[in-house]
Amino acid sequence: MAKSRADIEADVRDVLVDALGVDEDDVVATATLKGDLGAESIDYLDIVFRLEKKFSTPEKPFKIAQGELFPENLMTDPSLVESGKVTAKGIALLKEKVPHVDVSEFEKDPQITKLPNHFTVKSLCDFVQRKLGA
Amino acid sequence: MRWMWIDRVIAFEPRTRLVAVKNVSLAEEHLHQHFAADGALPPCPVMPSSLILEGMAQTAGILVGSVHGFREKVVLAKVVSATFERDVNPGETIRYDASIERMDDMGASTVGIVDRFSFADNAWAPVGRIELMFSHLDQNRAGVEFPEENFVFGENFRTLLEGAGLRKFSV
Repeated sequence: MAKSRADIEADVRDVLVDALGVDEDDVVATATLKGDLGAESIDYLDIVFRLEKKFSTPEKPFKIAQGELFPENLMTDPSLVESGKVTAKGIALLKEKVPHVDVSEFEKDPQITKLPNHFTVKSLCDFVQRKLGA
Repeated sequence: MRWMWIDRVIAFEPRTRLVAVKNVSLAEEHLHQHFAADGALPPCPVMPSSLILEGMAQTAGILVGSVHGFREKVVLAKVVSATFERDVNPGETIRYDASIERMDDMGASTVGIVDRFSFADNAWAPVGRIELMFSHLDQNRAGVEFPEENFVFGENFRTLLEGAGLRKFSV
């Protein structure tokens, strides 16, 4: 049976509590992984591994490709980032590749260093829900 | 003193599992400080948990390194969890049983069980459980350049690899 949104939110909360050592009450939809929950670079890999484990079933493995959840590799291309700002081409690519991130807010001030501020608990839940439904 | 916290690899299943042992000896200087006699309290030498953790990191690190023939610079990136339920004393043997849980180009996560053999009890008993994350340094350099030479798996490790018959996995 398909997981409900509430089930997904509960499972994502478990993953973040285990990966980041945060309090369950702090894992709210609007919390950002970096700013609010204190995620550091290696934590993103930990989160990816844990999501895969949590949402895999014997019938349907849940595999997350590199850059699929967090677009770290997209942003090393010089045509996508100029003087620390994501270009229009980069924004278009983000919208296509990481639709779980609210790029409309980010594009108002598209400094690459601010991109992690737009990764929220909701982004993760949206990602999982879309991927499970696919 | 050389920074080696395992003595021998005793079991190896490529890409999956590696088991190593360490014999804890009263000749190790640190045990005389951990803990020294204090007033009326007698000395109480116990293996520090932080060094048990290092032993597991070396065990699991060799396992992760072996997957790519020790080409990658494998560094401990995160102690996900470490729980300890029993002390280890001089004259006892620690066994580190490490398994890869998940691995990709960026790094790996491992789960490790620590036991100790006591001659007094003539039995193995659980010491703890340690979950770690390793990063492949060159895949995560964030603009930082590292030396070409693999400083993680240096000369010190060759003794261990020889003893375990693991040299053939080294390129």
